[in-house]
Amino acid sequence: MGIFHELTVKPWATDQGKVDDLHAGGTSPPAARKLALRVFLAVVAVLFTLLVTAYSGRMAYEDWRPAPQVSLLWANTLVLILSSVALQWALYSVRRGRIDAMRIGLLAGGTFTVVFLFGQFLAWRQLATMVYFELTNPAIAFFYLITGLHGAHLLGGLVAWGRTVARVWGDFDVAKTRQSVELCTVYWHFLLLVWLVLFGLLFTGNNLDVLLKLCGIR
Amino acid sequence: MDYVAHDASAFAPPAEVDEMELYHPKTFVGKYIWSQDAKVIAIQYAITAIGIGLVALVLSWFMRLQLGFPNSFQFINPSNYLQFVTQHGMIMVIYLLTALFLGGFGNYLIPLMVGARDMVFPYVNMVSYWVYLSAVLLLIASFFVAGGPTGAGWTLYPPQAILQGTPGATWGIILMLVSLALFIIGFTMGGLNYVVTVLQARTRGMTMMRLPLTVWGIFTATILALLAFPALFVSAIMMLLDLTLGTSFFMPALVSMGQQSEHTGGNPLLFQHLFWFFGHPEVYIVALPAFGIVSDLLSVHARKNIFGYRMMVWAIVAIGGLSFLVWAHHMYVSGMNPYFGFFFATTTLIIAIPTALKVYNWVLTLWHGNIRLTVPMLFAIGFIFAFIHGGLTGLFLGNVTVSVPLSDTMFVVAHFHMVMAVAPIMVVFGAIYHWYPKITGRMLNDTLGKFHFWVTFLGTYAVYLPMHYLGFLGVPRRYYAVGGTDFIPASAQSLNAGITIAALIAGAVQAVFLYNLVWSYFKGKPAGGNPWNATTLEWQTPDTPPKHGNFGPTLPSVYRWAYDYSVPGAEQDFIPQNVPAREVARSGTKT
Repeated sequence: MGIFHELTVKPWATDQGKVDDLHAGGTSPPAARKLALRVFLAVVAVLFTLLVTAYSGRMAYEDWRPAPQVSLLWANTLVLILSSVALQWALYSVRRGRIDAMRIGLLAGGTFTVVFLFGQFLAWRQLATMVYFELTNPAIAFFYLITGLHGAHLLGGLVAWGRTVARVWGDFDVAKTRQSVELCTVYWHFLLLVWLVLFGLLFTGNNLDVLLKLCGIR
Repeated sequence: MDYVAHDASAFAPPAEVDEMELYHPKTFVGKYIWSQDAKVIAIQYAITAIGIGLVALVLSWFMRLQLGFPNSFQFINPSNYLQFVTQHGMIMVIYLLTALFLGGFGNYLIPLMVGARDMVFPYVNMVSYWVYLSAVLLLIASFFVAGGPTGAGWTLYPPQAILQGTPGATWGIILMLVSLALFIIGFTMGGLNYVVTVLQARTRGMTMMRLPLTVWGIFTATILALLAFPALFVSAIMMLLDLTLGTSFFMPALVSMGQQSEHTGGNPLLFQHLFWFFGHPEVYIVALPAFGIVSDLLSVHARKNIFGYRMMVWAIVAIGGLSFLVWAHHMYVSGMNPYFGFFFATTTLIIAIPTALKVYNWVLTLWHGNIRLTVPMLFAIGFIFAFIHGGLTGLFLGNVTVSVPLSDTMFVVAHFHMVMAVAPIMVVFGAIYHWYPKITGRMLNDTLGKFHFWVTFLGTYAVYLPMHYLGFLGVPRRYYAVGGTDFIPASAQSLNAGITIAALIAGAVQAVFLYNLVWSYFKGKPAGGNPWNATTLEWQTPDTPPKHGNFGPTLPSVYRWAYDYSVPGAEQDFIPQNVPAREVARSGTKT
């Protein structure tokens, strides 16, 4: 039953009562954890949307000075894509009961993530040693803020990942683990998507025109 | 009437809601301190929120003492006057009202009203409270650091919020921003719980449209809060970085106290946009739970079904959606493009439609009702008065041309206190008088309650009604003293003195309420399970107060909506949600 239909029923009517009595409780198919993750992802999406909006709003001012390019970010992006692929592989494997392959996928996913975070840290260092480095330049400050918040979300993800990895040795509940792997994978894919948007829109040169077109201003 | 599910379980699908595995602590600390029971967490939230709210009440007295009797009190100087203003606002809006409605009432009522044993993630729920408590403690700590708490105004506008010269610009503002960030993290944990519990943990037969409006209000407000708080979160972090690392997100190049600051190119308006993108939904984060709760109070105490249930739900959802499109009406004087002003004025005025619809429906619920002037009902009616007053002045301020001359005057203070302070706090009191018997098993004293209501209601009116007039005269808000200002007549001072006396009385009478809470806990009349003869599930629990797990061995099944009051043909004037049609016809109602 669609949400709009549901909102139009008359709960006081006798006929509707007969239908409602059979309602088994709960609303939508996904399990509670899955739904909670989706809601949380919506919150994270708002957070980064606001940052992109703030960044592009600031870009439109005449005194905007773009941040210097850090080419290491391309390599980092590749590593983050690999981590997502590895986790997808873990999920694919656990669905087919291949536990060893799942373990490898999980470990590889986590390792690539750690490498990505280290790469981001190196990018921070690189930018800080450049001639143009100036923390009062909003473009540079935004870069640190946005990459920092994105990294913090991945770190949080690594906690959940660590709890999952700790559970997959010896005898363990495969169904429960499968759900955990699934949740981790969704979270990683989402953060990859966020990164691609952030990287593509904000850190690959001056994309003001694209942003303004996206907002329908130009 | 012939219902299928009650006795023909063969036709009914198995319930989707599995039995929860609850953590049953054995020790006192596990039960009452590190508790995972939503009801205990609710009480922890409520006590903390009311405690810090009392601090904010006293701060408002200090402000009023200065305004009513200028320069008569040595401990009030311009700096700490601004600190009182700021902390009063911040505490009341965020640490009291948001925490009490969502963390307090949300935690207590959601699981009980939807027929669940607890929130879906009890552990996360517990952590949510402790993070909230840490946020409150940090806020309190800011009163004791060098320079005291921030005095930047509750909106914390840069650049002045972090410039030297503003009270608390060194440590106070840092603690404020960190405390806000913590509050938001704690709230997000709680909020995920409230949303998922409403969507996934409802008992058999409890469709979304059978939910009491209290749950709809809290549910929608939680979604608003989850989507709006990130804006405050990023702005708090950005300001913190401007302050500590010298970034220039919000700080423009400027000369402050004769010194050229190191900041370059920041945009203070960006902060205003972010702040109000959070700040306006925040009004409805407080208002929607109040709307929901007051609907239930009116229905129960008028013994009548709520008028226009579906429209009430739609209005809650519509107001929630619209609240994200109006934020810049707080920024008419920030130099925005006039077309923006036109847009935001239009969206603001559109909100009046679903809101007015709710007011009509409340009044129509009372119409021909069997009204019982119990204390919760008195507060509910008091809410309607305060809300209509505050709402109408909102129409004034929503219009750019009227709003601009009234900006930053006492008119604005009167408006938002009427709509966002008096109105919700009336509901808070009504709700406490209504649910206290379920929470403690005892009734609150009725005489003390009525005294509390009348003095609070008339007292707050005596404070805020004349304040509108001060605003028309042009008396500015946030001023320690107006000095010799020609356009303000001397009589304005007499009015200010009167307002102060009313504020002192309205504040002091809250001691009666607190006394009542404590006295009734020990000596109040035993309440029984369902003293108001209400239909919703929280009143149908086998134990009062409900035990951990809420509903005994089996979860209730729901057979009707939440508003079967005075149903023709039924023996009693209410039919609880868990009573099937067959039992109503045979023997009246179960009590």
